[in-house]
Amino acid sequence: MSHGNMNLTLKVWKQKNKAERGRFETFDAKGISPDMSFLEMFDVVNEKLISDGKEPIVFDHDCREGICGMCSMYINGRPHGPKEGITTCQLHMRSFKDGDTIVVEPWRSAAFPVIKDLVVDRSSFDRIMSAGGFVSINTGSANDANNILIPKDDADTAFNAAACIGCGACVAACKNSSAMLFVSAKVSQLALLPQGKVERKDRVLNMVKQMDEEGFGSCTNTGACEAECPKSISLENIARMNREYLSATLT
Amino acid sequence: MASSPKLNARVPEGQLAEKWTKYRSTVHLVNPSNKRSLEVIVVGSGLAGASAAASLAEMGYKVKVLYYQDSPRRAHSIAAQGGVNASKNYQNDGDSVYRLFYDTIKGGDYRSREANVHRLAEVSGNIIDQCVAQGVPFAREYGGTLSNRSFGGTQVQRTFYAAGQTGQQLLLGAYSALQRQVGMGAVQLLARHEMMDIVNIDGKCRGIICRDMVTGKLERHFGHAVLLCTGGYGNVFYLSTNAMGCNATAVWKAHRKGAFFGNPCYTQIHPTCIPVSGDHQSKLTLMSESLRNDGRIWVPKKQGETRKATDIPEEERDYYLERRYPAFGNLVPRDVASRAAKERCDAGYGVGSSKMAVYLDFAANTERYGKIEASKKNLHSPSKEEIVRLGKEVIKEKYGNLFDMYKQITGEDPYELPMRIYPAVHYTMGGLWVDYNLMTTVPGLYALGEANFSDHGANRLGASALMQGLADGYFVIPYTVGDYLSEEIRTKSISTDHEAFAKAEAEIQDRINKLMTVKGSKTVDHFHKRLGKIMWDKCGMARNKEGLTSAISEIQKLREDFWKEVRVPGEANEINPELEKAHRVADFLELGELMCKDALNRDESCGGHFREEFQTEEGEALRDDKNFAYVAAWEYKSDGNFELHKEELAYENIKIAARSYK
Repeated sequence: MSHGNMNLTLKVWKQKNKAERGRFETFDAKGISPDMSFLEMFDVVNEKLISDGKEPIVFDHDCREGICGMCSMYINGRPHGPKEGITTCQLHMRSFKDGDTIVVEPWRSAAFPVIKDLVVDRSSFDRIMSAGGFVSINTGSANDANNILIPKDDADTAFNAAACIGCGACVAACKNSSAMLFVSAKVSQLALLPQGKVERKDRVLNMVKQMDEEGFGSCTNTGACEAECPKSISLENIARMNREYLSATLT
Repeated sequence: MASSPKLNARVPEGQLAEKWTKYRSTVHLVNPSNKRSLEVIVVGSGLAGASAAASLAEMGYKVKVLYYQDSPRRAHSIAAQGGVNASKNYQNDGDSVYRLFYDTIKGGDYRSREANVHRLAEVSGNIIDQCVAQGVPFAREYGGTLSNRSFGGTQVQRTFYAAGQTGQQLLLGAYSALQRQVGMGAVQLLARHEMMDIVNIDGKCRGIICRDMVTGKLERHFGHAVLLCTGGYGNVFYLSTNAMGCNATAVWKAHRKGAFFGNPCYTQIHPTCIPVSGDHQSKLTLMSESLRNDGRIWVPKKQGETRKATDIPEEERDYYLERRYPAFGNLVPRDVASRAAKERCDAGYGVGSSKMAVYLDFAANTERYGKIEASKKNLHSPSKEEIVRLGKEVIKEKYGNLFDMYKQITGEDPYELPMRIYPAVHYTMGGLWVDYNLMTTVPGLYALGEANFSDHGANRLGASALMQGLADGYFVIPYTVGDYLSEEIRTKSISTDHEAFAKAEAEIQDRINKLMTVKGSKTVDHFHKRLGKIMWDKCGMARNKEGLTSAISEIQKLREDFWKEVRVPGEANEINPELEKAHRVADFLELGELMCKDALNRDESCGGHFREEFQTEEGEALRDDKNFAYVAAWEYKSDGNFELHKEELAYENIKIAARSYK
């Protein structure tokens, strides 16, 4: 099944499981069309590998429209590849040239252990959410929605923070493997809205504590996370979380 | 027509508008201390699954949730774009519970159950309240109130939204409620686990077999009740707007063990998707229905037109939806819009390189918004360029992420050129047959959200999937499952050493061994693509007797070939995506046949089911209410052998009529 005329060389991280050591292997990607997404290019390579009696390259993916946050490849030294504001499934082969060599690795972070090839375990993010990324409201006890009036600017800023898809690119991009952008996006969203203000102190303290326990590194304000975030989550969220944290520890 | 004795819908007595209220006040309850010893398994973590799991855990039940992704937040509900309906009447435009109920029944082409739909409309408002309380950042007006927009098949504005990411925000709300319960120890998560089968003991569902997708190990889990919240089966077509992993395995295995399958042929083809660009394509991307608020759909009046869209003058454009359906125009329901697009393309008026696309054009509304903005800003006699610039800012705020997505995929800028769109498989109205309690024909086994057949009849209206998933999970199942569990308080946890568990596990192990040992020459995708082509060509937007008959024998042959020639590389005791796919495709190969059989049985056209033999002179769907006003619930007998049972649909509160949007 070849569809185009681009030929590429892939250097891909292969690792059998969590315990074994991984290494780079080289694969040919032939007959690639510029209209394919990066993941569809992997589909073509895998179909060929299976037909040749070899094992395919394993990678996480699901929605293939840039919203589930599942695809997690580190391409030529950048999370989700060379273009900004997109996930790997939205990266098209027209962003590469015929003859290119492309290096593909998994997210690298102690808090995201590799479980096979390009697949990592990101359950640390779920545990941070369990520590405080919510409003404590049981089903059935809510008031009429329009009883809470929210200034449009606040609602819009909260929405922009809530756009985070939890992919972990911010961690992968950070030299310290910090999860501050991810955590601050949730803290900001809820701190900006009246519904979230009741629990704001406990929330920020508990989420930051869990983040530290998971083994994520510190933030040194480099900004690689913001630059690589597929949803352009702003660094302002980190500043807002730092203020939230400070005021929570002072009182 | 009388309903089959095997189907008891358990609709409460009384007036339609009072049924649910009365039911809630009289339903059996479980006291808090007993809840702690009752276990519920939830399969799937989308809107229905996450909301059900969180709500049941809040009530005190012991809950387990499994999902095939790495986090509950990634379920495909996340990709829903446009919005969620609720009859709040915040816009003062005449909305009411009855009107939402009526629109949904009519939109479904009079093929859904009145009592379920009315309940859905009743709880719709609570959903918005609950989500706002959780911190879901819905779009708002400057006064701080919630904003609404219009969707197809209605004449009121009842759709609540968060830009083009409504599904994401609603799911993250439900996910946060779920994670809160996980933190409290009330819910156990099983990430990267796929359900393989249900386990029935003495006629009741008592648990599941699932596969740990990292180690490959099969696991047994006991539950007093099992909720399948596993979404739809659109991926039977290979290409659809579903996520790559969406599958029918859970519902299909349940079907094989006694759960009847309702209306399998009702498939929704969404009119506004990005057209197929080549045979490498792995999935199709939706452009939200909300775009039809502000976009006008047209094709050139000349066949085989070669000029650029922007060079075709106004009088040479055919706004065919506005022409055919003046009352609803571009906001006709999805089935009607999809068929109209197919009709124009088949007649030779299609656009783009494949000629299988129509235009969705924002120019007129960009200008209209620009004028409003200019007036707001007190700009006197602004230039055309100024108006267009201001208008584009408004469009960007409303649909920015969708426009970016379109540009990324097609390489064309939709702010400058109209979008090219074509229909694609999007949603399945069919699913496991459930009664009023959302229980399948297997006691203790429930189906919620897209996985059941219940509320949308033969066609779902836009922004109603999110509504139904959350209604089922937050507001219906917490009551109805209690009614069943109140009878189970004396049932102790059954050991998973029970022979029924051992037998179910052995069957699955056997099937996995078979898949691993075929060692044929063709990949799983090869078979999936072939199945998809048969389904799309013969059981897609238009169906006929001849095509369906041949599709059935083609699928049977393909299934035989699959078990002889499929190649699954690697090993079963590790992460093995090819094995996962093979398992799912094997089930699709059985389900596809049932879909065709159901479509062949239904000698009428209704909603998404369009049989070419049954249409009006104007090409509209022609229902046969005398013979087909029923739910087709299929019972599995043996491979390829299904028995039809009918649930009569009685309309006591709505006058059943020809559906017109003209």
